[in-house]
Amino acid sequence: MEPIVIIGSGLAGYTLARELRKLDKNVPLVIITADDGRFYSKPLLSTALAQGKTADQLAGALAPAMAEQLNAEVLVYSRVEEIDPATCNVRVAQRLIAYSKLVLALGADPMRPQLTGDAAESVMSVNDLTDYARFRERITGAQRITILGGGLIGCEFANDLSLAGHQVDIVHPALYPLDRLLPEAAAQDLQRALSKAGVTWHLGRTATAVNHAAAGYGVTLNDGTVIAADAVLAAIGLRPRVPLAQAAGIRTSRGIQVNRLLETSAAGVYAMGDCAEVAGHVLPYVLPLMAQARALAATLAGAPTEVIYPAMPVIVKTPACPIAVATVAEGLAGNWQVSCVEDGVCALFQDEKKGLLGFALTGKQAGQRQALAKQLQALLP
Amino acid sequence: MQVWTCVVCGFIYDEMAGLPEEGIVAGTRWQDIPDDWACPDCGVAKADFEMVAV
Repeated sequence: MEPIVIIGSGLAGYTLARELRKLDKNVPLVIITADDGRFYSKPLLSTALAQGKTADQLAGALAPAMAEQLNAEVLVYSRVEEIDPATCNVRVAQRLIAYSKLVLALGADPMRPQLTGDAAESVMSVNDLTDYARFRERITGAQRITILGGGLIGCEFANDLSLAGHQVDIVHPALYPLDRLLPEAAAQDLQRALSKAGVTWHLGRTATAVNHAAAGYGVTLNDGTVIAADAVLAAIGLRPRVPLAQAAGIRTSRGIQVNRLLETSAAGVYAMGDCAEVAGHVLPYVLPLMAQARALAATLAGAPTEVIYPAMPVIVKTPACPIAVATVAEGLAGNWQVSCVEDGVCALFQDEKKGLLGFALTGKQAGQRQALAKQLQALLP
Repeated sequence: MQVWTCVVCGFIYDEMAGLPEEGIVAGTRWQDIPDDWACPDCGVAKADFEMVAV
């Protein structure tokens, strides 16, 4: 029997493999990864600098140990070049590997900012453990770090870097941080807390150029301001990795489109994690990934199981001002009711008839997230 | 009493504080939390990961 093949050894690929092994200990399993196949958890990369952690300390088992644990073959440093759903093969370095079922757990690429300047190429991003190792090495001894993007990852890194003793500037196009997730009052609480921690905000502006300066770099903004920096980190968003699927004729939109069985438009080919668009939802967070892994493992083990998404609050790991947010779908009718207390903001999005539809909690108020999440409707019941 | 952190998402479980909103009373030791418990922030089952002591 041909093996089940998983492409990708991030949290998605390995979690799926682990869930599958709970249900089926013996089905042949091959995991193909472009990197070294070490286990690590990506969400921890944006809170590890303050703890002084090296990439090696963040990594769990190495590829051979993962292979043994999962009773799988793990092909490292192997980039899949092509998928052929018609013959059920993938091509890796001139070798064809046949599959019975194929899972794309490819992840997402960080978006690159559009910059001019002779140092535009030195702008870094941290999207995997190797990036983290490189970034950590680069900022050793560097005082001033400029972050492009004040979204979830940008704010987490800003907090982490300032805790680690760096001087941080954040450039963000909107007038307050995390504007895609939070109502203004909650975002301002985070903004204040990070300012207090020493972060300098450049809101309503974008970076246009990065140039070498006498010492370090000069980051030029669209209003002419130049920020002096020793390193520049871009955190302006993620783009699901779709080209491999696209080239195979698999339907993609923002992500690789899958139904609630996580099956793509090609029979026997599935997608999950940050590369997947599940029934229209692209949710690059851990809770949805876990829900996907459990459902898909059951499907692969022979019991077709649709993924269920309960209400899944997103946690922003900014210790200066912890945040929990249950996002509100665009265009949904209702009103934000904001109450601010000394230890945080509690913003509830409510509709007279439908009740609680979303929330944003900051500081100590974030502790209510479980209780409030229970009142929300499931995203995919 | 110890403090534990989830190896996947960084969630902190403080034995001293417990998780009263989940019915885990203050002072509950990690080893006494039921095996079907999952990390409230990332959904990883207790059986699946090592909570590591901080």
